[in-house]
Amino acid sequence: MSTETTHDDHHGPARGLSRWVFTTNHKDIGTLYLLFSLLMFIVGGAMAMVIRAELFQPGLQFVEPQFFNSMTTMHALIMIFGAVMPGFVGLANWLVPMMIGAPDMALPRMNNWSFWILPFAFTMLLSTLFMDGGAPAGGWTMYPPLVMQTGNAFPFLIFSVHLMGISSIMGAINIVVTIVNMRAPGMTLMKMPLFVWTWLITAYLLIAVMPVLAGSVTMLLTDRYFGTSFFDAAGGGDPVMFQHIFWFFGHPEVYIMILPAFGIVSQIIPTFARKRLFGYSSMVYATSSIAFLSFIVWAHHMFTVGMPLTGELFFMYATMMIAVPTGVKVFNWVSTMWKGSMTFETPMLFAVGFVVMFTIGGFSGLMLAITPVDFQYHDTYFVVAHFHYVLVTGAVFSLMAAAYYWMPKWTGNMYDEKLGKLHFWLSTIFVNVLFFPQHFLGLAGMPRRIPDYSTQFTEFNQISSIGGFAFGLTQLLFVYIVYKTIKGGEKATDRVWEGAEGLEWTLSSPPPYHSFTTAPEVK
Amino acid sequence: MSEAHGGYYVPHGTSWPIVGSIGLTTLVVGFANYLNGSQTGLTITLAGFAIVLLMMFGWFGTVIRESEAGYYNEQVDKSFRWGMSWFIFSEVMFFAAFFGALYYARMLSVPWLGGGDVETNQLLWNGWEATWPTNGPGEIGGPFETVGAWGIPAINTLLLLSSGVTVTLAHWALKKNRRGALVMWLLATVALGFTFLGLQMYEYSHAYHELNLTLGTGVYGSTFYMLTGFHGLHVTIGAIMLTIIMLRCIKGHFTPDHHFAFEAVAWYWHFVDVVWLGLFIFVYML
Repeated sequence: MSTETTHDDHHGPARGLSRWVFTTNHKDIGTLYLLFSLLMFIVGGAMAMVIRAELFQPGLQFVEPQFFNSMTTMHALIMIFGAVMPGFVGLANWLVPMMIGAPDMALPRMNNWSFWILPFAFTMLLSTLFMDGGAPAGGWTMYPPLVMQTGNAFPFLIFSVHLMGISSIMGAINIVVTIVNMRAPGMTLMKMPLFVWTWLITAYLLIAVMPVLAGSVTMLLTDRYFGTSFFDAAGGGDPVMFQHIFWFFGHPEVYIMILPAFGIVSQIIPTFARKRLFGYSSMVYATSSIAFLSFIVWAHHMFTVGMPLTGELFFMYATMMIAVPTGVKVFNWVSTMWKGSMTFETPMLFAVGFVVMFTIGGFSGLMLAITPVDFQYHDTYFVVAHFHYVLVTGAVFSLMAAAYYWMPKWTGNMYDEKLGKLHFWLSTIFVNVLFFPQHFLGLAGMPRRIPDYSTQFTEFNQISSIGGFAFGLTQLLFVYIVYKTIKGGEKATDRVWEGAEGLEWTLSSPPPYHSFTTAPEVK
Repeated sequence: MSEAHGGYYVPHGTSWPIVGSIGLTTLVVGFANYLNGSQTGLTITLAGFAIVLLMMFGWFGTVIRESEAGYYNEQVDKSFRWGMSWFIFSEVMFFAAFFGALYYARMLSVPWLGGGDVETNQLLWNGWEATWPTNGPGEIGGPFETVGAWGIPAINTLLLLSSGVTVTLAHWALKKNRRGALVMWLLATVALGFTFLGLQMYEYSHAYHELNLTLGTGVYGSTFYMLTGFHGLHVTIGAIMLTIIMLRCIKGHFTPDHHFAFEAVAWYWHFVDVVWLGLFIFVYML
């Protein structure tokens, strides 16, 4: 066993570009992930603007239907795999070692690789926009036989999904190993901050389901180029089989995008309520139950595909059961705030906004879980409204909350509180203007993924589009706030927030390059 | 624990990952172009593969040198162990997707095509009877025969099971520091692994040329070749890893209580073994 020093050198990072390309440092890699996520958020957001512009009026105005479909497909792929997931992985990189008292991630070289696959994968995916036959337009779910009509972009789509999968799996393995093996003495599992807990479970989900996605798209590839008949009924296969395998990945994926958000909100609310989190252990058990249930609810995405009645019933009841642990969480957040000495700085605003609006998304999810009514809602704008409430006002709002909450720690500078609050209020107002009318559109029967619509849908679409443009513009304000905070501002204290608890607040702001070179003692 | 903490090895910068990313990207871009009908595609694929190989040599080489230099304390060793275990779990789930496809086809989609439970088949494939093995109502790929379980597959089962024993014997020898026996048992394992692959290739050639069982033989051919093919790929990777471990043993690497790489490869080999048992039962026997 070596007692030699831990690092080749003890001064800070390398200079220039090589710092970022060759880095093994969890903070550098976290920063790369977060900036990449922000970039993809803007790219995917621009595509959403195209969608909303086209839907501002019935009829075809700006783009070809094929291109419109490419936009919905690419918007989803980019937001899911490029913005939300890397955003959370970036937070895990920055925070997990600091929260558990570790010097760095457990496997620092692999950490570098998990990030540096992403820019290549997304360059490849975006390059399909310029290929013969256009970018993939069959929806991000890649259902055969429709996806088989993709032009030259087809193999690029499949391989970019493979690369994203490799990246996610390596990132997830690293996070699990770090949490299991790198905790400071005394940091027992049930003392871990909830953000760490939720990421532990998320990482497990990632390792379990990303390979299944890889398998399913591999079968698409061989069906198209190597003569297999997995999804072709003439050969004894079944296109519905793809949907089952895909959603076996896809449903846990939904929780992969929300569990870390639960963790973030569970860190922020106690800080600004100046109370300990209500029901810590029930939060841990609720998270685990959600993760378990996520494996047995996948077919609620395909109620209308023609499943046996027993299947419809099983998946309906299993899905509704998820409301129980989720309800426990919402109850705990509210109870944490109950009789707390609350203040409403920007992170808290986003966290409270999360609790309220995520719950709206949760309720519309419950409606969708009821099989007989889902026959009405399936593939309408109601579904679009539902998953944007959980993903935008849920996942994205939690990412914003996290950025404001920890940015002073990361950069050493306070963000501009006035601008932060402005960002929150503009976002919250316009996101509701954007997505709330879509519920009504869906209930009235407007299908999703269609560039044109019947004239009775015009008003709600116009309201939604105006909300969309305003919400999109508001996010440029966020980019400006981040830029300004990195450049300077009022110096942050080590603790930053009066009520903040946890190891990351015992380090300086910004923290040293290698977080804890000697492990802190956790009582 | 705290001492282990102070000595946790954090490498300072690495250039192999970016080489790996360039290699992987070159590989898949080349292959995608090949699939789109480009002539140069395969060359680019091979170039990408070469870069990935270079990365693996370089990266593993660095890790081996650091390990032999004693940079890795017990905690680093544990991280590697956890990492490998979770990697194998991800591989299990990769195979699960294909096993899932097999079960779904056999238990659900094929019976439904034959009219069990639902009656849409009367409109689509009236009169078609569901059987297994099948290449579907369209008889995609033409008439075919299947590979019997009790010929080469049974022999291959024996080969892989014995290789599981020999790799364990090698591990015991390593723990007792009997280097001669260690190398001999490893050699036996590698030989069994490559013999398996040889027989598998013979079986494929037989199936393609005499049984008309190909990747294009409906859902039976698809699941058969996808499952056995990916398994074969994993045996190949495992056998190469075992060979490298054997060469390292000959070079004098590893000590009775410090040999993570050996164990990792042994675990991987057992995993490949277990997958084969699943294949033997569900693909060949039933």
